[in-house]
Amino acid sequence: MRDLDRVDIHPTHALGGFKVRPGRPLPFGATRVPGGVNFSVFSSHATSCSLVLFRRREREPMAELPFTDEFRIGNVFAMVVFGLDYENVEYGYRMDGPYDAAAGHRFDSSKVLLDPYAKLIAGRDVWGQEPDWDGVYQHRGRLVFDDFDWEDEKPLWTPFEDLVIYEMHVRGFTQHPSSCVRHKGTFAGVREKIPYLKQLGVNCVELMPIFEFDEFENSRLVPQSGERLVNYWGYSSVGYFAPKAGYAATGTFGMQVDELKALIKELHRHGIEVFLDVVFNHTAEGNEMGPTISFRGIDNRTYYMLTPEGYYFNFSGTGNTLNCNNPVVRNMVLDCLRYWAAEYHVDGFRFDLAAVLGRDQSGAPLANPPLLENLAYDPIMAKCKLIAEAWDAGGLYQVGSFPAYGRWAEWNGKYRDCIRKFLKGDMGQVPEVARRLEGSPDLYGWRGANATVNFVTAHDGFTLADLVSYNGKHNDANGENNNDGTNDNDSWNCGWEGPSTDAEVQSLRRRQMKNAIALLMVSQGVPMILMGDEVGRTQMGNNNAYCHDSELTWMDWTLLEPNAEIHRFFRHCIAFRRGHPALRNAWHLRHEDYMGSGLPDISWHGARAWLPDWSPASRTLAFALCGRHARGGHERDDSIYVAMNMHWEAHTFAVPPLPDGMRWRVSANTGLAAPQDAWERGLEPVLDPQDWVVVGPRSVVILVGR
Amino acid sequence: MEIQARKEGPVTVVELAGDLDTNTAPEAQEQILPLVEDGSRLLLDVSRVPYMSSAGLRVMLSLYRRVASQNGELVLVGLSEEIRDTMEVTGFLGFFSTCQTYEAGLATLQEQG
Repeated sequence: MRDLDRVDIHPTHALGGFKVRPGRPLPFGATRVPGGVNFSVFSSHATSCSLVLFRRREREPMAELPFTDEFRIGNVFAMVVFGLDYENVEYGYRMDGPYDAAAGHRFDSSKVLLDPYAKLIAGRDVWGQEPDWDGVYQHRGRLVFDDFDWEDEKPLWTPFEDLVIYEMHVRGFTQHPSSCVRHKGTFAGVREKIPYLKQLGVNCVELMPIFEFDEFENSRLVPQSGERLVNYWGYSSVGYFAPKAGYAATGTFGMQVDELKALIKELHRHGIEVFLDVVFNHTAEGNEMGPTISFRGIDNRTYYMLTPEGYYFNFSGTGNTLNCNNPVVRNMVLDCLRYWAAEYHVDGFRFDLAAVLGRDQSGAPLANPPLLENLAYDPIMAKCKLIAEAWDAGGLYQVGSFPAYGRWAEWNGKYRDCIRKFLKGDMGQVPEVARRLEGSPDLYGWRGANATVNFVTAHDGFTLADLVSYNGKHNDANGENNNDGTNDNDSWNCGWEGPSTDAEVQSLRRRQMKNAIALLMVSQGVPMILMGDEVGRTQMGNNNAYCHDSELTWMDWTLLEPNAEIHRFFRHCIAFRRGHPALRNAWHLRHEDYMGSGLPDISWHGARAWLPDWSPASRTLAFALCGRHARGGHERDDSIYVAMNMHWEAHTFAVPPLPDGMRWRVSANTGLAAPQDAWERGLEPVLDPQDWVVVGPRSVVILVGR
Repeated sequence: MEIQARKEGPVTVVELAGDLDTNTAPEAQEQILPLVEDGSRLLLDVSRVPYMSSAGLRVMLSLYRRVASQNGELVLVGLSEEIRDTMEVTGFLGFFSTCQTYEAGLATLQEQG
């Protein structure tokens, strides 16, 4: 059928030198329509609004088009503008309304405001390039071509329990000269490293914030070192619908949307899912002392949680808190996530400081937060994985009690703490270790093991190499007298603080790192590893490196050589997990032999078979998984036995017998140096004799039975 | 933008000169699409195109789709290093057959069938 023209696509008015007509409220933002662009923005409290247009990169506006009454529908200002030079226009809004801080209104008609729904944002096109500080409009909305050819891409829908997540900083991954990629520090750079990711064996990358943010926010010079600190991690959103231009090789051309989509398409082609770390708990505008970029000037009272006196609640620790359960804001968050899921084919989201999302408009925790409920039941997001960092900076700790609606998984901070304590040989850990290795049924018993995202390290805190090299944090380079960053690191330096040339210290550190990855990969639940841990990346003991854009935080690819042993062991453990469905159950294990194989699905042991030592002084523990019970008995696998000895002396572990015809083989032993530390499938040496194994001090032995 | 088209045997050669962006892309589309027939062999010479914007990339892809849907062949020649890199990074390059020189492109298309 040949297309008929619509009857509502011709101009009806002339404003500011442009032909215009009343627009349509949906979709919000700037949308291509026949002959023009539909601009739609809403504000519950603005009394007037005008569209401000700039020629690309020019300081002063070229036109201002007021939204008179015919261009309003309810609280929405909507206008179609014809004849725009699509790729050379930048736009914003000027809003007026009451200025009454106590009542929560901070309208300022001298400001040009960024559209919260801007899909492309200019102003920080190249990372670190000094902006025009005197420019009145710093972060500028632009028009984007949102069409993209995904060809015949099919969604991966990898079951959550089958994922091995790699937490990555886009810039940090390839910015170091040793990365040898063409476009360092960008989405294109990540794409060049896909073979590396595949070889490592991860099948999911969780990207630290990629929404447009200002790297110059809170930028300061450290007097002692002369280093310029920046907002490197990016937990501070300027716009929720636009990818960071400075993360794109084509950022100067404004092609970051295509570049990111092309990266995601390629990752998907290689079986790797993409999660975004999203920050809905606060914005880059800070408190009343911060810049007015967008939300504050558009509708302060709606977007922010305010005290009765009109100050900003600070449950994020950064100055403001997004008013997520306000119905208007709730819709924006929903629109945003739907947009990334549908238009960018994002597979999952990790929500920073997610406890904020469960607070009401005056900050009180809600039993049934509408936003979280909406997200859990939304049809477009239905196959997206949702992960909550289930705490905030206001004391609301919800690990195990986050309003999950059967859908949300959580960053399991208790797993991290417990495993770290166990690794360094603390007393009284063994009973909790068992629970954590089983997927934390004490926390998620009614949800299943895939509600827990297990991790030992993340961007917050020490890297793995530093976890075993430092007893305390060393954040002096942050210029805050080492006061920032957590003190609860549960780390142990293996006998010396910081870099050491002592062979024994180095050997122990290597062993401890292997212990950590081994335990993580044999745990029920979803594992996450931190970029660079596989090559022993160090931040020299800095456990809060958010402000460093330097070799301190970048992935150092030269470490592949000296730390080849660690890298190989990581690859082995990841492949081990991916090759054994018995490790990847969505549901918690039952401690029963319901398949009649002779072994229960899981059984706990100590140095003595069937008799774990739960006492406070115990540092030994073992478990056995029966291969017939993999995935609730639906799959067949090898049996697996894991012996863990976090004592400083070797112990002999009695190994439970296998059914006839099967024999235990040694897959990994962190107590031995490479290449005896890990054996490829099919080449594992047979355990001889079969009924006991010596586990060295602070070591883990993994056996497979077939 | 200048657009010149001619026939070299079975091959339709189209030469573009000037930036390919929102201002010139619609015109390029209007002029080139009608040249595409069933089984067309199209050689697109962009050696005198210094810059392609997002709009330019899209017009190129649309051309490719039209040619492909009519069982034709399209070869791109004269891509500058920079444009080639941009196309690669934004995911547009993979759709195209490209040749280093006009002669190579012509030869490739003349060989078909």
